[in-house]
Amino acid sequence: MDGDEAVTVWQIIILASIACVALKLAGYLVPASVLANPAAARTADLLTVAMLAALVAVQTLGNGEAIVVDARLPAVIVAVVLFALRVPFVVVVIAAALVAAGIRAVT
Amino acid sequence: MTEPNEDEARSEATKSALAVGAATAAYGVSFGALSVASGLDVWQTCFLSVVMFSGGSQFAVIGILAGGGTTAGTAAIASAALLGTRNGIYGLRMAPVVGNGWPKRLAAAWVTIDESTAVSLAQPTLRSQRRGFWLTGIAVFVGWNATTLVGALIGGVLGDTSAYGLDAAAAAAFVGLLWPRLKRRQAAAVAVAAAIVAAVLTPVLMPGLPVLVAALVAVVFGALNLFGEESISPRYPLSGRRRGR
Repeated sequence: MDGDEAVTVWQIIILASIACVALKLAGYLVPASVLANPAAARTADLLTVAMLAALVAVQTLGNGEAIVVDARLPAVIVAVVLFALRVPFVVVVIAAALVAAGIRAVT
Repeated sequence: MTEPNEDEARSEATKSALAVGAATAAYGVSFGALSVASGLDVWQTCFLSVVMFSGGSQFAVIGILAGGGTTAGTAAIASAALLGTRNGIYGLRMAPVVGNGWPKRLAAAWVTIDESTAVSLAQPTLRSQRRGFWLTGIAVFVGWNATTLVGALIGGVLGDTSAYGLDAAAAAAFVGLLWPRLKRRQAAAVAVAAAIVAAVLTPVLMPGLPVLVAALVAVVFGALNLFGEESISPRYPLSGRRRGR
């Protein structure tokens, strides 16, 4: 039975990987003429903004299928303030990690 | 200083790419460790990082297999695909940056992820966008795979990697990459609305879906040109334009 199960795990990860690679390729298969329309070009640009902003929200507050307020939220708020003050990117990212790590260390 | 300086832009792109690569690499250790803890072997763990190469989808697969075993295979594949769908939309936007030629596009598709797209689109010129995309893609690919292997091999020694605040660092990095684009009112409105939609939907939808539904905000704003600006200000103001550095 062990052998069978090992094959099944492989099948799952291979199928899932093929799906993910195919999805990545799909975007490049859309003909460039689609983006010639100004509304379509504007929307494609805004799509990346929307998804990355949504990703920030999920990374900051999500925990599986739940919303959890923990050390991540103050860390991201500190990051927003530092970016607004034009602090360099790397410094802000390190500061955010330190804030979260610090809060977790004392709670 | 309205015209972005090409050399400065290229060096900014390089800096962002390396910083993001390093931060993501640190995260790969936790993927490797968690994957082995969920019952995958080292080969299977590394296969996911090399071939699937999409952090969110990878964590979903091992999380579901850890909880439900191989009987949850369909759910594991569906979740990976849902979380991977946004990469397809990134590809749509990155295609003109990458340019033509199928070998190049195939390689580009493989490294089309949140990080490479975000670094690229944060840059002011086409050449620096191209550089940001490839350099970030390659840096993350190399770093993520190397540290996946390390995590899979040494696993438990590190303990809970969230103690180092890496999850918050990842979220902060994406805020920083979005930052230059939020100076346009329309983009800022879309970002705020999409973040709220994703947060509200997280408790009620499968992981991956909230981000995709939030993408509809962009479709609505883009199609109707809500909050659009009539007079086009310089599209990607360089840092230092408003307040000298």
